[in-house]
Amino acid sequence: MKPAWFDYYAPHALDEALHLLGDAGHDGRVLAGGQSLMPMLNLRILSPAVIVDINRIEALNRLHAGADGLTVGALVRHADLLRSPDVREGWPLLWEATTQVAHMAIRNRGTVCGSVSHNDPSAEHPSVLVTMGGTVIVAGTAGHRELPAEAFFTGALSNALEPGEMVVELRYPRQPTGTGTAFVEFARRLGDFAIAGAAAMLTIRDGICERARLTVVGMGDGPLRLRAVEEMLTAHALGQKEAQDAFAEAAAMVVAAVDPTDDVHASAAYRRHLAGVMAAQALETALARAGGS
Amino acid sequence: MAREQQIKLTVNGRSYEKTVPARLSLADFLRDHLHLTGTHLGCEHGVCGACTISMNGRSARSCLALAVQADGAEIVTIEGLRAEDGTRHPMQQLFLENFALQCGYCTPGFLITAIELLRDNPKPTEHEVREAISGNLCRCSGYQAIVDAILAASRLELA
Ligand SMILES: Cc1cc2nc3c(=O)[nH]c(=O)nc-3n(C[C@H](O)[C@H](O)[C@H](O)COP(=O)(O)OP(=O)(O)OC[C@H]3O[C@@H](n4cnc5c(N)ncnc54)[C@H](O)[C@@H]3O)c2cc1C
Ligand code: FES
Ligand code: FES
Repeated sequence: MKPAWFDYYAPHALDEALHLLGDAGHDGRVLAGGQSLMPMLNLRILSPAVIVDINRIEALNRLHAGADGLTVGALVRHADLLRSPDVREGWPLLWEATTQVAHMAIRNRGTVCGSVSHNDPSAEHPSVLVTMGGTVIVAGTAGHRELPAEAFFTGALSNALEPGEMVVELRYPRQPTGTGTAFVEFARRLGDFAIAGAAAMLTIRDGICERARLTVVGMGDGPLRLRAVEEMLTAHALGQKEAQDAFAEAAAMVVAAVDPTDDVHASAAYRRHLAGVMAAQALETALARAGGS
Repeated sequence: MAREQQIKLTVNGRSYEKTVPARLSLADFLRDHLHLTGTHLGCEHGVCGACTISMNGRSARSCLALAVQADGAEIVTIEGLRAEDGTRHPMQQLFLENFALQCGYCTPGFLITAIELLRDNPKPTEHEVREAISGNLCRCSGYQAIVDAILAASRLELA
């Protein structure tokens, strides 16, 4: 239960970190909150030759709510989001999802960018970023590039980073007026990784659904966006009766679309069933919060 | 030397300066190098909460931090909860009075977690207490007595 030897660097400047990562290439790893990396080092699932600890790079500790969106730097911890009234008010989906990430001591250390980079199939943050249509800002010695959330996630525990690159920032757009959101998940104990969860975002105008976003988690592959459901709901009237029928149909579509496998926590059939239930609950709550029925 | 580093930190109000291997966990540093063995290790991968300490005023898993990351930090462990004259911290006293421990293995982590909870939220509901201790496992007590002790502390105006 001890990590293998590695070379450790804790630079104070981003440039320095990028050079170290660039030199290390495939052998290098970013250490952010350590709440996923340290278990993997302790269990020797990973034994990188070089660790670049980014915790001393003050410039990455930036949480900024502006007119055009929310900026979350690579050192912003889950607990920082929860303490921000701006996030709670302006990005309620992000806030609500964060309340369900792990436990207090983990949230004190773990970062949002770390969660997104790690892309655990049951993690909340990747699905929130996809649902909100966020952007990942990536840096390397060759410069910066911006990736839409959906292009960043490339399957369970995988992302689109090239060797030597890191995530420096996430951006979340402001939600349109008339929007309601919800993040719901089911876990056996408070704070555990979800067996299944769903993020929903509905924009309602005059009882009609103008825009719908739905993502489920826990199905084995990282965030799964249900485009067919979104299309079915768009331009749909969502009064009380219509919503009931539409969300039942949405749940059935989710059950048909997901393809989980059995594991120690749940059978595939149970997970699939739960995905439908979570999706329907998220949609109902989002609708109520949008001021619909 | 990238594999070893000198660190300077404060633990329970005392300063230390030591050279440590970079791969050494903060938990092993506290236990093996400073002989503060009150910080317990259950799982060494973040799940059980036994190793929870306070780092710069916030609870953290000492098995998931490197000792080198604590350079410049202020750490409080279970050994730092007692007053100088040996009087127990009120939370320790209430754990005792409420039978909130049996073997005591999990207790250091619970105490650090409970004290942080009441600092941030002096009047938690029972659900909030259960949420706050959800990351700490106890194999003996069945949790009810621990919840009782923390709720009793919340009635004391600890802060
Ligand atoms: C008991 C326990 C319960 C948990 N429960 C949950 C849960 O319910 N939901 C959940 O989502 N998570 C959960 N987690 C994980 C936690 O949220 C982590 O904080 C998160 O997954 C990783 O963030 P980190 O900052 O700790 O990253 P680290 O552990 O430092 O890094 C994780 C991985 O991402 C890479 N990385 C980190 N930052 C960057 C970056 N800026 N650029 C490029 N790569 C980077 C690292 O190299 C590493 O491969 C749990 C963890 C524990 C120990
Ligand atoms: S030993 Fe650190 S959480 Fe279990
Ligand atoms: S008192 Fe024995 S594990 Fe909690």
